[in-house]
Amino acid sequence: MRRVFLLVLGLILSAPTSSWAAVQPDEMLRNPALEARARTLSQQLRCMVCQNESIDESDAPLAHDLRVLVRERLQAGDSDAQVLDFLVARYGEFVLLKPRLSWRTAILWGLPPGLLLTGITLLVVAAARRRGRAQEPAPNLTAAEQVRLKKILADSPGS
Amino acid sequence: MIAELGHYALMLALGLALIQGTMPIVGTRTNDAVLMSMAAPTALAQFAFVAMAFTALATCYVISDFSVLNVFENSNSQMPLIYRLTSIWGNHEGSMMLWVSILTFFGALVAVFGNNLPAVLKANALAVQAWIAAAFHLFILMTSNPFVRIPQAPFEGQDLNPILQDPGLAFHPPLLYLGYVGFSIAFSFAIAALLEGRIDAAWARWVRPWVLAAWMCLTVGIAGGSYWAYYTLGWGGFWFWDPVENASLMPWLAGTALLHSAVVMEKRGALKIWTILLAILTFSLSLIGTFLVRSGVLTSVHTFATDPMRGVFILAILVVFIGGALALYGWRAPLLKQGGLFAPISREGALVFNNLFLTTACASVFVGTLYPLALEALTGAKISVGPPFFNATFGPLFIPLMVVMPFGPLMGWKRGDLLGAAQRLLAAAILAALIMAAAFALEQGGPVLAPFGAGVAVFVMAGAVTDVAERTLVLRLPFRAALRRAIGLPRSAWGTAFAHFGLGVTLLGIVAAMAWGSERIAEMKVGDNLDIAHYRLTFSGLFSRQGPNYRDTVGRFIVRRMNGDLIGVMEPSRRSFPTRNMTTTQAALMTRGVSQLYLSLGDPMQNGNVAVRLYFKPQVLLIWLGAAIMFAGGALSLSDRRLRVGAPQPAKTKVALRPAG
Repeated sequence: MRRVFLLVLGLILSAPTSSWAAVQPDEMLRNPALEARARTLSQQLRCMVCQNESIDESDAPLAHDLRVLVRERLQAGDSDAQVLDFLVARYGEFVLLKPRLSWRTAILWGLPPGLLLTGITLLVVAAARRRGRAQEPAPNLTAAEQVRLKKILADSPGS
Repeated sequence: MIAELGHYALMLALGLALIQGTMPIVGTRTNDAVLMSMAAPTALAQFAFVAMAFTALATCYVISDFSVLNVFENSNSQMPLIYRLTSIWGNHEGSMMLWVSILTFFGALVAVFGNNLPAVLKANALAVQAWIAAAFHLFILMTSNPFVRIPQAPFEGQDLNPILQDPGLAFHPPLLYLGYVGFSIAFSFAIAALLEGRIDAAWARWVRPWVLAAWMCLTVGIAGGSYWAYYTLGWGGFWFWDPVENASLMPWLAGTALLHSAVVMEKRGALKIWTILLAILTFSLSLIGTFLVRSGVLTSVHTFATDPMRGVFILAILVVFIGGALALYGWRAPLLKQGGLFAPISREGALVFNNLFLTTACASVFVGTLYPLALEALTGAKISVGPPFFNATFGPLFIPLMVVMPFGPLMGWKRGDLLGAAQRLLAAAILAALIMAAAFALEQGGPVLAPFGAGVAVFVMAGAVTDVAERTLVLRLPFRAALRRAIGLPRSAWGTAFAHFGLGVTLLGIVAAMAWGSERIAEMKVGDNLDIAHYRLTFSGLFSRQGPNYRDTVGRFIVRRMNGDLIGVMEPSRRSFPTRNMTTTQAALMTRGVSQLYLSLGDPMQNGNVAVRLYFKPQVLLIWLGAAIMFAGGALSLSDRRLRVGAPQPAKTKVALRPAG
């Protein structure tokens, strides 16, 4: 349900003429290999006037233009990386749904593995400490305790 | 008059919440049993008044009282009764009313069923529950009052958004809220334990049924939302890593971790401090979800800044409750005694592994959802974090978890036998390897990871079966004896096996639908054929159909097998709603076993042709079927006598009376 509020906002913002999803038959390339690459690329590119939709899913006019643009670049012989670079140069990092690693996104990319490693380290340290504690010999009795122990043993009726 | 009654009832509920939030705590401090016992009746009364307010709102919707602004904006007298009812929670004010109704409902349940709780714990927990309720009552009354009147009542309402006029929406939000808000009980118990400065294994036993119930509701709530998005949004996707979906996934991940750590705490007295923290975090994530969705911060940081009243209020609730809870935790947790030693290779160890990976997965969803907001607020730089990011971080964390999952239940407490568990899982592993090899051989040029994913899914499912087989000794004992063992098996053991099996089923569905589905996009004229998988669709024409408050343009498609056998008809449509001047896509779905054909229609073109999108989604229904199996597992576990809320203590006297010899 909540998704819908966003979706509706997206619809209002992008003012599409229909709510039918994305890629139109007339946009598709004849070459199936190129078309498949275009689809994969489209899924990594954001429709910038929508809420969290890739240009492959969106029916906003801008998404249509971008889909055509991606296909034009591919037909011109660009590699996947070149297409992405071209779009980033034009529209900024915002267009990428998977942000590139940079100082700005260091925390974003670093947090999941960092947290996992921290967790593992803490657990290993805790386990080692526990094992260390278990192997430690019991502390020796003080002189006073030795005397008491002897006394108790001597007093006990069984011995 | 009805609206005013509702408004007044809500104010009374706020007053009761304030009493319930203070008096019992004073009672626990001064050791006054009368003040402490005030908690339960006030909780019941508070729920009664909130229910009255909710019923008042519902009545306004049913009788279409358009002098109430909220009803005018979101309903219409032409809508069927069910949608007039569901439009109550199809908007901000109404959904907050549902939120507090469920919150106070849970409070009332604790009041009724909590007879076996220690008086101090019960009083404190209900008081904390009342603080949360008071904060949200205040939020509704001050910023989101659904009972506001319009001076001159309009003749007709503005209609509910067409996309929300769907049977799926009748159940999805209430279930999701039951899950979200259900975790508030665990939160209240955690805070109560910290206030009292005392916690023991019994705490986990009292809290676990509530967590389990909330988890079950959240599981089916998320699955229901996913299925609804799948058939409504018209392109056959079932999970979009949308911030709003993530807001429900995060409490689910944390809640799943909590469910497992509470087991360790109950059985072995270990992980107490961690469990308390998880209880706090799980509900905090529910609150953050509410904030994300309700404050408008997701749309843009700027909308949040221009209309800040609601957002700032929820942010204040967040800061006070999460900050306060964590501060209390930092102060009091070191006083709690940690207990229960165990070797790394043991049931406890497996559950710690589960917790580590689940919380990390949860953290990666959290950072992915909030990072763009934080970065924009701090530096003004705009980045997008979408599905490719989550697939790259969440997947690698979840797969190890699934691989280790079958080992957990086969390990002993304290010190487990990894080699023994591995031997018992040998059959499951061989089966998984065979499936993997078969999938690899059958798929031509599909994703490399897909056979691996299918193998893991099968391993999880077979592992759950192995667990039950080992416990009932079904392969070693005669059938009748094994059956007796199966009946005697604790229901919670069955619950575990079901829930784990269900997760495997869901994973298999996800892998199959994503990797091995096919898609056709085409422009068709009457009489054209379109082939997909082993089916052939023929377009036989367009016609129109009038609904209660919409008009459908329907495309009719005949579905045949490749050899010409008729299977049926698919009728996708485009539905236009005149009141809002909006059109929605109604996809047609044809179920074949657990696979589906999915057909959606584009705008009719000038020349009478139609654009269609056709998908074959193999095994797609397993995704939601798995969630249903997980729910069943939770229900089985909940029915375990040991966990039943209010179950009498096992009679120890009987054992004592038996003669010694």
